[in-house]
Amino acid sequence: MRDLLNDIDRWREANKRCVIGRVVGIDGSGPRDPGAAMAVNEDGEVVGSVSGGCVEGAVVAEALEMLRERSAAKVVTFGYSDDEAFAVGLTCGGTIHLFLQELT
Amino acid sequence: MNASLYAELAQRLRAHTPTALVVVIDGPHAGATMVVSPNQPVLGNLGDDELTRVAARDTLGELEAGRTSTRHYGPRGQTTPEDLADSPTVRVFIESFAPPPHMVIFGAVDFTSALARAAKLLGYRVSVCDARTVFATARRFPMADDIMVAWPDEVFARYGAQLGARDAVCILTHDPKFDVPAIQGALATNVGYIGVMGSRKTHAKRLERLAEIGLQATDLVRVMSPIGLDIGARTPEETAISICGEIIARRTGRAAQSLSATTGAIH
Repeated sequence: MRDLLNDIDRWREANKRCVIGRVVGIDGSGPRDPGAAMAVNEDGEVVGSVSGGCVEGAVVAEALEMLRERSAAKVVTFGYSDDEAFAVGLTCGGTIHLFLQELT
Repeated sequence: MNASLYAELAQRLRAHTPTALVVVIDGPHAGATMVVSPNQPVLGNLGDDELTRVAARDTLGELEAGRTSTRHYGPRGQTTPEDLADSPTVRVFIESFAPPPHMVIFGAVDFTSALARAAKLLGYRVSVCDARTVFATARRFPMADDIMVAWPDEVFARYGAQLGARDAVCILTHDPKFDVPAIQGALATNVGYIGVMGSRKTHAKRLERLAEIGLQATDLVRVMSPIGLDIGARTPEETAISICGEIIARRTGRAAQSLSATTGAIH
């Protein structure tokens, strides 16, 4: 989270809306611990990471959809057994739970 | 999270103030957020006053350990299984921005292994230090975060300046040539807890030695020896619990009696 502050501040100064996504839970093995965070702005610009690169693309898609639909907060889950997760390649065998929230 | 909470969080993170960001991730007020730091009013809320109060209290404990976790409550902050049975669960994510407390253990003995395990359970970063290469090994103390084969002066040269109120130094060596300099080194830091193992007789002799090297009675009140709470502990594992109990009680300023024998607030 600390690593994201400068970029988020920059976005806010430019009046860009953004979503912060944080890992809130891991079942089995996961590449990053709870608290790992990334932020996505309305232009699709991204800082930080929540996995070894496997789910970031899907998180960006979720975040942009939230901004479009004005949905304030949601939990999303990616796991090996999950079709979508398999598609985005979280193949370490774990399940990752992320909390996404727009910074308002 | 709204702009003012975010601004306050950002300021505390940049100042390295121990801070927790607490958010309801599932439940009636999903997304409700608060920011909690020790000795400061809670900013924001979780949508219910009692839930906010209970979660803020638990958050201070998590911060103390530098731990990030998810906790489950009832919508009004209920925590007991009976209260939760018929109500929907609120999941609260508590993210701590604080380093874990540090326990430095001197002496690579059987008690060390049990104490290191108990300390890990409580969230400590654990360092095991002993001058004897054969004893201070990762194989014997796989739970330790680091092992230093070193004399106390080297250990304090490395860690002394970082030790603060949440940290602990436990001296289990039973050997005056090691524990006297270890006590001396620990007293020169701001560490919150100093405990030294040994019988009352050993401790009396040790106090003489410490007086000889010029330590004052006012310094020595910081030294907890014999180490631990009087719970009748005998095994290394029981002793570890007794020591950890004393560390917690010293931190919270409690007398460490049975709750059934006391009245008043539990936390």
